[in-house]
Amino acid sequence: MIMNDAWIAMLRGSSAKRARLEARWTGVHALFTTLAFLLFLAAPALAAPTFPPLTGRVVDQANIIPDAVEVSLTDKLAQLEAKTTDQFVVVTLSSLQGYEIADFGYQLGRFWGIGQKDKNNGVLLIVAPNERDVRIEVGYGLEGDLTDAVTKLIIDNAILPKFRAGDYPGGIAAGVDDVIKVLTGDAATFKQQAAEEQKTFNGKRDEGGSSWSWIITIIVIFFILSRFGGWFWPLLFLGGRGGGWSGGGSWGSSGGGWSGGGGFSGGGGSFGGGGSSGRW
Amino acid sequence: MSAVARSLPTPARRGLIAAFVIVASMALSACGINTIPTYEEQAKAAWSEVLNQYQRRAELIPNLVETVKGYAKQEEKVLTEVTEARARATQMQVPPDILTDPEKFKQFQEVQGQIGQALSRLLSITENYPDLKSNANFLALQSQIEGTENRIAVARRDYIEAVRLFNTEIRTIPGRWWNSLFYGAKPMETFTVEAEKTKVPEVKFN
Repeated sequence: MIMNDAWIAMLRGSSAKRARLEARWTGVHALFTTLAFLLFLAAPALAAPTFPPLTGRVVDQANIIPDAVEVSLTDKLAQLEAKTTDQFVVVTLSSLQGYEIADFGYQLGRFWGIGQKDKNNGVLLIVAPNERDVRIEVGYGLEGDLTDAVTKLIIDNAILPKFRAGDYPGGIAAGVDDVIKVLTGDAATFKQQAAEEQKTFNGKRDEGGSSWSWIITIIVIFFILSRFGGWFWPLLFLGGRGGGWSGGGSWGSSGGGWSGGGGFSGGGGSFGGGGSSGRW
Repeated sequence: MSAVARSLPTPARRGLIAAFVIVASMALSACGINTIPTYEEQAKAAWSEVLNQYQRRAELIPNLVETVKGYAKQEEKVLTEVTEARARATQMQVPPDILTDPEKFKQFQEVQGQIGQALSRLLSITENYPDLKSNANFLALQSQIEGTENRIAVARRDYIEAVRLFNTEIRTIPGRWWNSLFYGAKPMETFTVEAEKTKVPEVKFN
């Protein structure tokens, strides 16, 4: 804007000169617009908060969980995954960086890729002690089991009373136990409590199709290439650079499986804002 | 190419033409010719999710209204407001070209925004009814409404992002060329920031 005003001040010359300059300005403007668009393409999609690294099934950034509890929680969460393939991560945050906890939660879940890619069966228990916010964030695939009403019950009945008494590890452990109960089918009490819940939407979706279509596409390309001989091969590299092939965008999150070497990593599951929050 | 081709016998010439077509189509797709339809489909899918979540909210409203009525009959004004806003939204046909028609898109946004505002008013008056607030049915509904508002926010943001990618693609080179040559796609409408701020009601608990 300031630049623009300066230009206009300069342009108080003859009208012909002015028109020429304006034309030039339009050119410069177009160039900048193009550059801005290119930057847009390169920049990450939305302004996203900074996330802590996924160091295990319990990420205690706020440092409120004693080591012994952390070990027992990690054990329970690993058993849950072994049994149901559901990935459940407990995370305490030293700051929500000005975001609502619900806003932060689904982005964190997506960033880490918690849950199996084809099932989206991830759950996060997020505790932000400084903001006094707690949330159970539910992946797309578990929205039918861990409904909003059920997660609200767990937060209100198991977690918040202990948090209010200052017992963070106890509240977290109680919440984890209840979520595991629901996920392992021992959910009678919760189902009863939530019996009046009107309608559960089965938000289950299947997003596993994209990787198959990729594999098929690649096979078809290789088939065509193999039929037409060697001199097509350079085109494959062209294809890699063009950018046109990277439609899915879902490859990145599944790449998490490479790191860690035996450690825990997200399976590439996604989140759509399911679950509920509470404050104490 | 043509000189070489003419000097060859017919079957070889055909083979060469076939090869040329395949190379050309591969080279084109490497240049991003498929990016426009891909992004378009992604944006449409994101839009379906937005509609899906608005629909879910609309389905929750009758139960909520009934439950609140049982405890707070005298709040008739707010209750009718919610019911009427919902009726306007369910009666509104979502036209197929809504995504490229600014007027219709704005209208849709307004109608949904009215529901959001009426709902937040309804939920804020429930604070005055302790019996209602301890009703299990109401608590379940309240958590579902809150969850749905949150899902709407996520779906809207995903849609905004998908549209940003699509619009950027058809406005920048080379996507701009492909679009004018083959597709003629119009930029899609997206939610405005002001709307994002005002239309999603704040549902406070505790």
